Amino acid sequence: MLSIVEIDRGTPAVKTDKHVTLEIDGRSIRVPEGTSVMRAASQAGINIPKLCATDMLEAFGSCRLCLVEIEGRKGYPASCTTPVTEGMKVSTQTTKLAEIRRGVMELYISDHPLDCLTCPANGHCELQDMAGVVGLREVRYGYDGENHVFAKTKDGEVNPHFVAKDESNPYFTFDPSKCIVCSRCVRACEEVQGTFALTIQGRGFESKVSASQNNAFLDSECVSCGACVQACPTATLSENTLIERGQAEHSVITTCAYCGVGCSFRAEMKGEEIVRMVPNKDGHANHGHSCVKGRFAIGYATHPDRINTPMIRKKITDPWRIASWDEAIAHVASEFKRLQGTYGKFSVGGITSSRCTNEETYLVQKLVRAGFGNNNVDTCARVCHSPTGYGLKATMGESAGTQDFDSIEYTDVVLVIGANPTDAHPVFGSQMKRRLRAGAKLIVVDPRRIDLVRTPHITADYHLKLKPGTNVAVLNALAYVIVTEGLVDEAFVTVRCEPEAFEKWRTFVALEKHSPEATEAETGVPAALIRSAARLYATGGNAAIYYGLGVTEHSQGSTAVMGIANLAMATGNIGREGVGVNPLRGQNNVQGSCDMGSFPHEFPGYRHVGDATVRASFEAAWGVHLHDEPGLRIPNMFEAAIDGSFKGLYIEGEDIAQSDPNTQHVTAALEAMECVVVQDLFLNETAKFAHVFLPGCSFLEKDGTFTNAERRISRVCKVMEPKSGYADWEVTQLLANAMGYPMNYRHPSEIMDEIARLTPTFHGVSFDKIDQLGSIQWPCNEQHPEGTPVMHVDEFVRGKGRFMLTEYVPTSEKVNATHPLILTTGRILSQYNVGAQTRRTANVAWHEEDRLEIHPHDAEERGINEGDWVGIESRAGQTVLRARISERMQPGVVYTTFHFPGSGANVITTENSDWATNCPEYKVTAVQVTRVNQPSAWQKRYEAFSQAQKALLDAAETS
Amino acid sequence: MNIERLVAMANDIGRYFASEPDQVVGAAGVADHLKRFWEPGMRKQIAAHLAAGGAGLEPLAKKGVERLVEIDSKLRA
Repeated sequence: MLSIVEIDRGTPAVKTDKHVTLEIDGRSIRVPEGTSVMRAASQAGINIPKLCATDMLEAFGSCRLCLVEIEGRKGYPASCTTPVTEGMKVSTQTTKLAEIRRGVMELYISDHPLDCLTCPANGHCELQDMAGVVGLREVRYGYDGENHVFAKTKDGEVNPHFVAKDESNPYFTFDPSKCIVCSRCVRACEEVQGTFALTIQGRGFESKVSASQNNAFLDSECVSCGACVQACPTATLSENTLIERGQAEHSVITTCAYCGVGCSFRAEMKGEEIVRMVPNKDGHANHGHSCVKGRFAIGYATHPDRINTPMIRKKITDPWRIASWDEAIAHVASEFKRLQGTYGKFSVGGITSSRCTNEETYLVQKLVRAGFGNNNVDTCARVCHSPTGYGLKATMGESAGTQDFDSIEYTDVVLVIGANPTDAHPVFGSQMKRRLRAGAKLIVVDPRRIDLVRTPHITADYHLKLKPGTNVAVLNALAYVIVTEGLVDEAFVTVRCEPEAFEKWRTFVALEKHSPEATEAETGVPAALIRSAARLYATGGNAAIYYGLGVTEHSQGSTAVMGIANLAMATGNIGREGVGVNPLRGQNNVQGSCDMGSFPHEFPGYRHVGDATVRASFEAAWGVHLHDEPGLRIPNMFEAAIDGSFKGLYIEGEDIAQSDPNTQHVTAALEAMECVVVQDLFLNETAKFAHVFLPGCSFLEKDGTFTNAERRISRVCKVMEPKSGYADWEVTQLLANAMGYPMNYRHPSEIMDEIARLTPTFHGVSFDKIDQLGSIQWPCNEQHPEGTPVMHVDEFVRGKGRFMLTEYVPTSEKVNATHPLILTTGRILSQYNVGAQTRRTANVAWHEEDRLEIHPHDAEERGINEGDWVGIESRAGQTVLRARISERMQPGVVYTTFHFPGSGANVITTENSDWATNCPEYKVTAVQVTRVNQPSAWQKRYEAFSQAQKALLDAAETS
Repeated sequence: MNIERLVAMANDIGRYFASEPDQVVGAAGVADHLKRFWEPGMRKQIAAHLAAGGAGLEPLAKKGVERLVEIDSKLRA
């Protein structure tokens, strides 16, 4: 079912400058050439009846309901498949057309249940609407004959055509008895999602929709994106929430709080209750598509585990005590003041969240800088994309991706490095797959055979299956080929880049030690493959690089980002559509939290705290003296806590005890602090070590903005009241006031106004303007009043592009006899990050535990079978998971996800980090894997500790 | 803070700048990086460690910390 408020024009819009004029029912209308008659009519205000057509899909022409008459043409062409021509004269309603349409509808209805009043689609059923529109008054055929409607024939025999409901998917129901075989679901799966899980099985009256090889939906290849459910014109595919709750009565546009794609959604509501989430067709990042998380996995927002009252305790071994907001806020303020009085001004700090809004993040860093009087503020981007900020700033001058997502429509060569878009950024993954199906070439650089390497109608031209930790060596080898084979775009480099830095880089990268042949043994990638891939990237037309945490989360993360920027500059693949350097951000607001000055060394807009002019502007606006030296980064905070100099931490929406590496080190740091304040939806892993819990609110309960991976600022809109009484920004404001630093914002829009005043790249941004334009890509200011889809067009933000030297320094994390395998970590489609949200939804149907993926060869050597318990041991710690034997892995490399706290994936990861930013080296840990019979010692301790903490929470609830 | 960790971090920075042909420029790069990204307490600690002999610091990292000490002391003067 489509959104309750969107207008469906039947066929997609056509982008062209050429227009034609035609006449429909006597009305003259001018539309882009290539537009269908159906769409042109719709734009003229005439709605031609239709069933198989929807503007989310290409025209199909099967239902025969949208027929029209065209002057000078024979017959009754389908308006959906007929393009407009100059001077065309169309009649959409004649006696003959009415007769044909009634006949068609009569046939449809003769094989459709007449339970409209109790049908989930009632009130928004396209079949019902069309029956009304064509004036169907009788069905002469009766229901005694062959049909798909009834389980039994009229003689009481089993009806061979009838198929019972499929309720295997936790989020939607497939009821084949209501299917009109319009193929909209099948086409949505192909065109929109690109999974090709659905098909029409059989011919003629036998035709039916089938998932994979006639499997139940849950057992099929279906990824539960919901595009089919959205496309279905009847109740054949319906959200279970719609079945339970009935039609929504209003619709609010907001932005998804999961990954960095930042899909725009319409929350379709009844009062404060969400009936369904429908991706917004006008959404600039997602164009009406979504994934299983954004559309369906929102149950966490109303999960009973949510804690909606503040709680306090003296020691983490004490039971929690429920407190009023006044008491909790006063307590935090007095504790932080006490700590600063006793241990000094720099003994406290804060962590902002990439899951919170820009406005909330801005306030937390303002509280730390202006209220605490230090710069001890950091964000979880530290542990994911801080190297992106460093590397892109150093080379191009701005800590952000260069393109919008739609840029890929003009890409000829897609280079994916250390990213798995079909799992981690699924909606953009679908867009990428669409472009690849249309013929763009694909190079994948990844230790694993990710889905993109071979997926329906797509095969990577080159898969450089490198050994984890050798990204920089591979990037240098690619650069070597480009430089030594004369593939540099000399014209671009001469005009756009610093000549001295380029010459130095050219000499450096042309050294024999960087050649594909010299690095082959180290990287594991055959030299010929590197050479071919480099040639394709440099000469294949518009080439765009997409990368993720497989690039950044290494000891050389920043070096690799600079290596990527070097490649793009050397080949002139910067500054226009179809090219560029595109970091795929992990969480919804990673880009925004970085933009908002969450890093300890930078004010909003990536300006160093040591810059006196910038600091003066903030001092003037905030009315306080600001510290001019960088503060502690998250890993430094842990070190300082263990050291005894860092005592108090305000954490908004982060779960460092699960997400940060070397868990035992993190928890030791938390235990060493005197006042840990956690603001979150749930008593997460970190909150088990907290002294104060402040209830947070979900994205549905507050106003604000998120900034996605393409620098796109989109609105988050409140659809229900905060369950705790306060939105997160209000909590930070209360805390600031209690600390003696006044804040008096009445609405998040006022916070954005302040951000805009103080940040040159945001000068033109306001809530009103975002609402007016739908979304804005920063920079948005006097020079770019409507935002900037593509950056560095005529010149780089820093003026000239700067090539950086990128020496390959092998990680100190090496395999040896004790730890002969490399562990690398990542995420999967159905779960998100630490899983706090998705674990509390039916998404566990797809992934109910983290498994260790291991190559059959490594498994056999260790006597490991599918499903066996295996111990994974590194120099940092040990944990136990069940094994999954998988040829996606290369021998010598094992993989796991970190979505469940009990898995202890980060018990194994080490303190190693990126040289420039301290971003942890999550992707390379030397481990040994053995068959075991019981959980690890850490897991036993974790289980006991979690049980104890649950008891302390239960005590609070009953007191 | 754990001085071994700080030394390891300084060495990581030094190894990046090692590819710089001019070691004076390399040392300046290390010093600038430490100045821009390390909290003053950490800088003070690594400086003290250097004064005590700088055990474990690799040559370029060591030169970088020396340069950092000069910058920081100039600022204080």
